[in-house]
Amino acid sequence: MSQQTKKGHFPWKHIIGFLISIALTLVAFATALWTDWSSTTIFIIILIFAVIQAALQLVMFMHMTEGEDGGLISGNTLFGFFIAIVIIVGTYWLMTSGHMHMGMSM
Amino acid sequence: MAHDHNVNPNAPLEYQSEAGRLNITGFWTFLGAEIALFSTLFASYFALQSRVGDGPTSIEMFEAGLVMIMTMLLLTSSFTCGLAIHEMRANNVKGVIGWMIITLILGAGFIGYELYEFVHYVHEGVTLGTSAHWSMFFILLGTHGLHVSIGIGWIILLLIQLARRGLTPKTASKVFISSLYWHFLDVVWIFIFTCVYLMGMVN
Repeated sequence: MSQQTKKGHFPWKHIIGFLISIALTLVAFATALWTDWSSTTIFIIILIFAVIQAALQLVMFMHMTEGEDGGLISGNTLFGFFIAIVIIVGTYWLMTSGHMHMGMSM
Repeated sequence: MAHDHNVNPNAPLEYQSEAGRLNITGFWTFLGAEIALFSTLFASYFALQSRVGDGPTSIEMFEAGLVMIMTMLLLTSSFTCGLAIHEMRANNVKGVIGWMIITLILGAGFIGYELYEFVHYVHEGVTLGTSAHWSMFFILLGTHGLHVSIGIGWIILLLIQLARRGLTPKTASKVFISSLYWHFLDVVWIFIFTCVYLMGMVN
């Protein structure tokens, strides 16, 4: 039998993942509410924390990289995040950079 | 297990049948589409974030304590859902059902607080029609909350099936897929927490 089907194996991976997630959540909270840094600085810092925490969930809780199709699944998910970044950054840039005023009377 | 041709006894139960393995891979493809769905909502939220009109801004409405309770409920539910899968790999069906029930209670608590928050905002006069900002807030948060609610109903049905049929490659792959869905909703929440709530409370 492989080790994954062994009985009574203590879930260290999950507990470590959970504790790191809580720590990242609290540090992000403290950074946003209890510092007087500029909002851009805060946004970049807490976004990095969010990406780390999301990666943790995907790899440690969702077992993204394991199994026969691990490579395919990881590639598919990373492509999904790439599409998400293009949509979000592209939309924000288009809607806020002044293109909206083209063709308008002002 | 006579109907499962490509059984690999060394793999975890949910990967043992060809159908189970392909269903898991297929579900990840669905999650890729869900990432795209939520990205369009986040994109609209960011684009309309500053359009508050005559209505209040985020910082006037958000309550840090409530946000932290909701975040901790969902984060803990994601952890207990992970423990359910851990028990499934130890072939302990009672452990799976027990941790999944705790997961559902935490999820229901999350939904309860979210409904409380929405009702509270509506009482304060902040609704879907208050401003573009609040329209996107309710649509983004509502879509996520709807996903969590559907997840609760789905997992209840799966647990009934699990109690009746026990752990087989078929039920195991279904439970594993529902766990992927649940963890994914926590991943989405991490970004809602960061981009909507925390940034909304930054001066």
